[in-house]
Amino acid sequence: MSEKEIKNLEEIFEARIARDEKIEPKDWMPEKYRQTHIRQISQHAHSEIVGMLPEGNWITRAPSLRRKAALLAKVQDEAGHGLYLYAACETLGISREELYEQLHSGKAKYSSIFNYPTVTWADIGAIGWLVDGAAIINQVPLCNTSFGPYARAMVRVCKEESFHQRQGYEIMLTLCKGTPEQKAMAQDALNRWWWPSLMMFGPTDAESTHTEQSMKWKLKRKTNDELRQQFIDQTVPQAEILGITVPDPDLKWNEETGHYDFGEIDWEEFWQVVKGHGPCNKERMKARVGAWEEGEWVRDAAMAHAKKQQEKKVAKAS
Amino acid sequence: MEQQHLYNYILGIADNNLILGQRLGELCGHGPNLETDIALTNIALDLFGQVRSYYQYAAQILGEGATEDDVAFLRKEREYRNVLLVEQPNTHFGYVIGRQFLFDVFHYLFIEQLQHSNDETLSAIAKKAIKEVSYHKRFSGDWIKRLGDGTKESQAKMQEAIDALWPYTQELFEMNAFEKEALENQVGVNLPELKEAYDEQVGQVLQEATLKIPENPYFHKGGKEGIHTEHMGYLLSDLQYMQRTYPNMNW
Repeated sequence: MSEKEIKNLEEIFEARIARDEKIEPKDWMPEKYRQTHIRQISQHAHSEIVGMLPEGNWITRAPSLRRKAALLAKVQDEAGHGLYLYAACETLGISREELYEQLHSGKAKYSSIFNYPTVTWADIGAIGWLVDGAAIINQVPLCNTSFGPYARAMVRVCKEESFHQRQGYEIMLTLCKGTPEQKAMAQDALNRWWWPSLMMFGPTDAESTHTEQSMKWKLKRKTNDELRQQFIDQTVPQAEILGITVPDPDLKWNEETGHYDFGEIDWEEFWQVVKGHGPCNKERMKARVGAWEEGEWVRDAAMAHAKKQQEKKVAKAS
Repeated sequence: MEQQHLYNYILGIADNNLILGQRLGELCGHGPNLETDIALTNIALDLFGQVRSYYQYAAQILGEGATEDDVAFLRKEREYRNVLLVEQPNTHFGYVIGRQFLFDVFHYLFIEQLQHSNDETLSAIAKKAIKEVSYHKRFSGDWIKRLGDGTKESQAKMQEAIDALWPYTQELFEMNAFEKEALENQVGVNLPELKEAYDEQVGQVLQEATLKIPENPYFHKGGKEGIHTEHMGYLLSDLQYMQRTYPNMNW
């Protein structure tokens, strides 16, 4: 293809996105669009399956049968999200094995929030309330993103996430209505998860590298700072209902702007965790790589068995 | 049948679900691939669903405001009545599948009969569970075949697991005093009668999987009387952690 022809295709492509048409896997797309989507969708998929680990940490210790079943179902939903996000990613011409390889080698990133430990039961509530809450704010705009398979996956993911968030908040509510010890547990969880949740929206707009292109492709509709502000505005009144305190002495309602002002985020901590030196980065990777390596003989057996069955079928037919 | 005895009979059924579900819960997020992870979690969810129905019934018999969680979490190790098979650890995926399969075949035959119990609650629980358990049996049986008749390595690993778990299968068919009383009252299931079908079905799948039925004639028992393997205390430490550390709270 000549340069001119490619340029022409690109123009048609951008025009389709501008008209809110969906791009499907078989459609022509610029290489950069493909690569950006592989990166973002796989990062999202990885976040789902790494995210199973901190919550999975409490399945065996959940305090009641009802909570245990709900937590199992939630972690299972995350596996399901991982599954269809990987499938969406595979339509862009990359295999699940390659995607895992990128995760295991550290080339691909996942949401840093999952590198924090879940040390009490209240953390399960806080994750549902705050982490899923932040995820929803990040993800709802993606239901209208330009790449069809991603947009459709996100519709389903968002529905389930919103259920998880209510569930998490309900855990917090139960704790806050419980004994002083339970309420203290809830407060402690909020103290530890608040700032990492704010970091989930990524660096400030001034520092963010992908925003402009992502806006054009509708991978992003609002900036990191706008989404973060939306999260804070939405979450602070929920903490008030719980009767626990957001751990930010600078947090204050601003009549003029109609938003909460808030304190400085510790970006040094953010970058430390992103670069692989958070409290649980190593454990999370060890768990994922371990599961994959220990599962190799199982996957090999399934392949070998399927092949044998196929051969038997062929032998029978001939 | 005396209510306290019925209570103990119910625990003998339900504790198997609880302990096996707890074992499967340990695996969530650590399976060989996402699909098996999801499927095993599904099975755990079914087992916990069933266990809640059983324990709600048991709690009702206990009276005095007892709840399903009191029954599930607040007993001593010697008061849990599950068979030894279900408490065996997740040594590797072959053990997970082997344990599941050896239990599922029994569980299906058991639930099938429990549907005819003249205790309406137990019969209703069984009728609801039968479809689920039928799926469990198919899932674990299919995996036995994949691993047995897969690669050389997988065959050896699957055989190792079957050999290790086999000594725990006999206990499934032995009746304790509560089970005998339940049978006499047409509440319970005749366990020895299930053995023939069990051996046949297990044998068929193992054969198809190119696996040998262990010839070891030595079996272990004790779970039904509350005498467990050394694994059980650790499993219960996790299970009961919250209820023991923070007693008398709502969660």
